[in-house]
Amino acid sequence: MTSSYETHEHDVLIIGAGGAGLRAAIEALAQGARVGLVCKSLLGKAHTVMAEGGIAAAMGNVDKADDWRTHFRDTMRGGKFLNNWRMAQLHAQEAPERVRELEHWGALFDRTEDGQILQRAFGGHTFKRLCHVGDRTGLELIRTLQDRGVQQGIDVYMECTITRLIRDGDRIAGAFGYWREQGRFVVFKARSIVIATGGIGKAWKVTSNSWEYTADGMALAYETGAELLDMEFVQFHPTGMVWPPGVQGILVTEAVRGEGGTLKNNRGERFMEKYDPKRMELSTRDVVARAIYTEVREGRGTEHGGAYLNISHKPADYVKKKLPSMYHQFKELADVDITTGPMEVGPTCHYMMGGIRVDAETGQSTVPGLFAAGEAAAGLHGANRLGGNSLSDLVVFGKRAGTAAAEHSSRVQSGALDAEQLEEAEREMLAPFERTDGEFPYEIHRDLQETMHSLVGIFRNEEDLQKALGELEKFKRRLESVRADGSRMFNPGWHLTRDLRSMVLISEAVTRSALARRESRGAHSRIDYPNLDDTWGKQNNIIVKRGDTMALEQRPVADLPDELKEILAENK
Amino acid sequence: MAEAILRVFRGGPEGGKPVDYRVPVAPGMVVLDALHSIQGHQSPDLAVRWNCKAGKCGSCSAEVNGRPRLTCKSRLDALPLDEPITVSPLKAFPLIKDLVTDVSWNYKINKMIPAFQPRAGVEWKMYQRDVDRVQEFRKCIECFLCQDVCHVLRDHAKHESFGGPRFFVRTACLEMHPLDGVSRTKLLKDELGLGLCNITKCCTEVCPEEIHITDNAIIPLKERVVDEFYDPITMLVRKIRGA
Repeated sequence: MTSSYETHEHDVLIIGAGGAGLRAAIEALAQGARVGLVCKSLLGKAHTVMAEGGIAAAMGNVDKADDWRTHFRDTMRGGKFLNNWRMAQLHAQEAPERVRELEHWGALFDRTEDGQILQRAFGGHTFKRLCHVGDRTGLELIRTLQDRGVQQGIDVYMECTITRLIRDGDRIAGAFGYWREQGRFVVFKARSIVIATGGIGKAWKVTSNSWEYTADGMALAYETGAELLDMEFVQFHPTGMVWPPGVQGILVTEAVRGEGGTLKNNRGERFMEKYDPKRMELSTRDVVARAIYTEVREGRGTEHGGAYLNISHKPADYVKKKLPSMYHQFKELADVDITTGPMEVGPTCHYMMGGIRVDAETGQSTVPGLFAAGEAAAGLHGANRLGGNSLSDLVVFGKRAGTAAAEHSSRVQSGALDAEQLEEAEREMLAPFERTDGEFPYEIHRDLQETMHSLVGIFRNEEDLQKALGELEKFKRRLESVRADGSRMFNPGWHLTRDLRSMVLISEAVTRSALARRESRGAHSRIDYPNLDDTWGKQNNIIVKRGDTMALEQRPVADLPDELKEILAENK
Repeated sequence: MAEAILRVFRGGPEGGKPVDYRVPVAPGMVVLDALHSIQGHQSPDLAVRWNCKAGKCGSCSAEVNGRPRLTCKSRLDALPLDEPITVSPLKAFPLIKDLVTDVSWNYKINKMIPAFQPRAGVEWKMYQRDVDRVQEFRKCIECFLCQDVCHVLRDHAKHESFGGPRFFVRTACLEMHPLDGVSRTKLLKDELGLGLCNITKCCTEVCPEEIHITDNAIIPLKERVVDEFYDPITMLVRKIRGA
């Protein structure tokens, strides 16, 4: 049956070519596996390039007192202790080695006076910890990994979208997808699959995410029976651009605050004094995002509904050197010179803390042979991610998932590709062309973004969340008759018909989890339950497919070993 | 509300033509916003590449009013709106559909360049003054606008014998890495055709990252090639040694 499709065979198939996917691919290859890497865009364009401020690693180059223990404690505190402690520990312990490795592969970080990697301050980090390259650290990371991977011999399938994972009984057998360019279908045979597809930011109206972030990987894993963890925790980055309209949501790096930027309201007050007098602008993202949102809601916002972020008290040359892309971004897109005046900023949907539930050591999901790493996976960040912990997450757990996926592929038999599953996957993709009277997907997408923005945003309540669930049911019905126009050649409207299904499905997982968690913790703020709740503080939300139902259950947060409890208890 | 007319190339390798679309103009709008508006309201199958929409990924390259540009950084209010804004695909690469071209050739060239290889026994210490010039090259977002504008590729289609400005920048980046121990000068001379560049600086002019491609990458590389292969003293020594 598979003979009718273009078919490629690998030991390990990696879906997604951002930092996590590339790092996993390099590692799986180093273990001797034949590796295929599939990505929706051209290689090197994944959203990792938008990570600006830096990669967190307790190297102690600037603040000598820093060590993994402090990084671990900061990460757990930032995540309001919902984190998977073992992931937080491994991450803090291994990040410095992963950064050194990037340097050995050709990355060029900014330097200290004595020739080491320079580190800067960031929200929620006790010490200066973020290794960086101006404000384009993500680009440095992705380019380094991309060149390394290509030179080592990874097979890359660019502009290819996976729409279905194929199982043989309990085993992962492969994946089905289409080439974006020609619209032809393609099948991958693999014994291990690593999902590294990022998040779901494109389901919100104001977002820093690009078109790619439509929850594909989370949806694929869910449909295959994997558990999703803590889906209510969606990070709104405090500082996105708010004006002009076309650039709304584009990220303004936290490095502006890391380099000494201040936040003020329209009365000239440094309002963070009210919300976190100790850490001020370098408080955690959940706190700063809520503070800006509250200032605007209470009438103290800027002309275009944001807050003023100012770095112009620093010398102009310093700003241009340390924040070059911010300087150009504001100059070219908003007619603002950040060396002389303030930026207008407001919260923007940025990152998904929740995702595929994985084993800390291996990144394996609850489905054998299916792995996840990076934003698509969950556990490390708990209820709120610290800035800089994302790039380090990618390389620490990308490497681990790559190792484990290669190892798994070496000890299991290949599964058979079931013709029926493939045919169903093809039918699903062709259906939008057969409809003549349905809606085009863009309108449904706009409405979905509006719904998630207004009902499942920074502040939530029971009534809004219930309403959102009702709306999501309507979107599912609208998707049944969504249609595509034109041919299968590079057709973004057709592609969106499929991406929307993942977005609606995973938006439902977010909404159900948000409804269940009757407390406010980290990035999840319930107006009707404004406080931390001790019972909820010991529980993770799990979403899993049971038959045709999306089931939600609670699972106790794993208890920490005593030596880690001691680290958390230290009052630093 | 003000309107702009976008004259967008529609079609594929077998043929196509510019099609006019009227698009409402909002403050600060860029050409990519206008293309998205066309996709969202008029023509859902319009093929466009884009990702970050912030000038950091280099996906949305096209020719706006004949000039190679990132559409995400091309403000409508900087263009004359009393006439149609033309948006066409990059000319130096084979067309796939509408504004999307086949840029895979660039990835093939990239693969020819030997990776960073530290010299044996190096101490992993580098100073800012030593990495500054390489960091300039590493700003490259691979938008391929420099490749598109370069007449060696655009007009003479020397894709078989010429690497193009992007890959001179990439090679310079490796050659000038303070700890790198590999020489790529022979590759530059024989495979990447560095000599074909006659330093007209068109690439530097279109670079959205403002990398001084010609002055800081290409000319120093040309000097290295000359020093190694055409230096009269070296040539004499080679002759005597029979090399």
